[in-house]
Amino acid sequence: MESFEKPILKVNNLRKQFGNGCKKCEDMSEDVLDKNYCPECGTVYACQDVSFEVYNGEILGVVGESGSGKSTMMQCLYFDKEVTKGDAYISNYKDGKSNIFKESSQQKRYIRNNVLGKVYQNPILGLKMDFSAIGNIAEKLIASGNRKVDEMERRGNELLEHVNIPLFRSKEEPKNFSGGMQQRVQIAKALSNNPPILLLDEVTTGLDLSVQANVLDLIKKIQRELGISMIVVSHDLAVIRMLADRTIVMLNGKIIEKGLTDQILEDPQKPYTQQLVHSLL
Amino acid sequence: MKIDYNFAFFDEGSKREIRRATLKAVAIPGYQVSFASREMPIARGWGTGGLQLTLSLTGTEDVLKVIDQGSDESVNAVNIKKLVKKTTGVLNTDDTNKATLIQSRHRIPEKSLKDKQILVLQVPIPEPLRLVEPSEYKTKRLHAENEYSGAWLMLFEQIMKYGNMSTGADHPVKVYDRYVMAPSPIPRFDNPKMDYSKALILLGAGREKKIYAVPPYTKVKSLAFEDYPFEVESFEDKECRLCKATGVFMDELIDEDTKETYYQCNDTSYCLDRLNNRN
Ligand SMILES: Nc1ncnc2c1ncn2[C@@H]1O[C@H](COP(=O)(O)OP(=O)(O)OP(=O)(O)O)[C@@H](O)[C@H]1O
Ligand SMILES: [Mg+2]
Ligand SMILES: [Zn+2]
Repeated sequence: MESFEKPILKVNNLRKQFGNGCKKCEDMSEDVLDKNYCPECGTVYACQDVSFEVYNGEILGVVGESGSGKSTMMQCLYFDKEVTKGDAYISNYKDGKSNIFKESSQQKRYIRNNVLGKVYQNPILGLKMDFSAIGNIAEKLIASGNRKVDEMERRGNELLEHVNIPLFRSKEEPKNFSGGMQQRVQIAKALSNNPPILLLDEVTTGLDLSVQANVLDLIKKIQRELGISMIVVSHDLAVIRMLADRTIVMLNGKIIEKGLTDQILEDPQKPYTQQLVHSLL
Repeated sequence: MKIDYNFAFFDEGSKREIRRATLKAVAIPGYQVSFASREMPIARGWGTGGLQLTLSLTGTEDVLKVIDQGSDESVNAVNIKKLVKKTTGVLNTDDTNKATLIQSRHRIPEKSLKDKQILVLQVPIPEPLRLVEPSEYKTKRLHAENEYSGAWLMLFEQIMKYGNMSTGADHPVKVYDRYVMAPSPIPRFDNPKMDYSKALILLGAGREKKIYAVPPYTKVKSLAFEDYPFEVESFEDKECRLCKATGVFMDELIDEDTKETYYQCNDTSYCLDRLNNRN
């Protein structure tokens, strides 16, 4: 499949470091690469030369232990954090010919609003808790230039219905909602401008099992009905197994293994992945 | 006991600095210019921003009018007038026409302002995006990038919650097709008076240390959605009980005896002027 089709998202050598680095770590010697920080200067290399592709309509899973760099990678892709180096291309944006990390902040805002949608692990980061649920959705519509209230209200209600939020609660503030509802509002918001790519960071973490199942069903439904490509980050292999077509495994800021999800879960090649799979199943 | 104040209270250096910030504000319509807000003998939040502008602008020939929510006689207005008079000796007036400098809180006078007049508005919260974005660093960036979704979002919320844009006061405006600006808590009724105003309008926020401006003859447009046009408070079919004026901003009052609702000009000097000129 990969050889025929052009990826919708291509990420090359994404690096995100916290700290300025030093002589010892600038050449990324084994010492540094083994951990995710430099023992000499303390610089953290949260993502080290991460490269991968996402194809049309597929769900790419990202697994790895806490601190392995999953959220950092997602934050870089959504421009919440600036990358240290690397480049990324989205086929729906300037024909995939422009490195999105190098775009102006206006263009980055455009990409956030129109090409990407993101669901944060912590709903406080993804929603304005003091604004109505429908206002939260309208925020993205407004940001992409919509100035028609009735149209935005219709679209907002349609999306809320799609994620099973009862219409009579659409004008309520999400701070009064349960965790599962908040995640569903985030999903509705992320979908508002029909983005071709959705970034989901630990959407089900911290939710009750039955609520988790609910949100997972919703994600599957969205993929089925809308054919949106997604990156799904989770440290829960059950979530990955249920959702992801392909999966990448991260450790210390690096991708150590990638492949079809079933393959990775049934027949992991790297010792770390074997350990991860066995400890979690 | 006689205390010797410097003319207009401040030392010359302070006045110059405020004027420099003012000039910059005039040069960039609607843009909030930071300035080193001074300690004043009145509490912050009581018009210190406006007062600093007024003091920095007052010359010996000026005639000053001060109004507080439409009234020339409120304690606050009177105190500000006293302070300026005591430190400058300039004349006070209630007559909008005679004033060269008008400091106001929450209103723009009913009588049209003229060329060469300066209207100084007191501002509590200068940042129109503050409610959606608490960080000053971020709001500065949003202004720089002409990104005003937050202001629209607040209007959208109002429509969702109340069915219309019922901000009442401080309805955001776009100045010179560029910066979105908080016009200070004037009623929507006064927003259109800013559009191509003949007078220079200066806005000062003491606590927040900001000065901004609408230069004379500058386009000022109230934000409004395509399907929810901007509307001012309507006083259709209402007239002032005292001067019989119509089409002005009115206070709604209740007659103590009859318990009936009646209306009266909010701009008291306008009303008085009409009453005096009638006979
Ligand atoms: N602002 C920061 N300054 C320094 N180090 C940071 C900063 N943000 C993240 N890190 C470090 O980067 C590494 C990757 O963090 P990240 O949050 O991406 O991990 P994660 O894989 O998402 O973990 P989790 O499963 O716990 O969410 C961690 O070692 C973290 O401590
Ligand atoms: Mg994380
Ligand atoms: Zn180092």
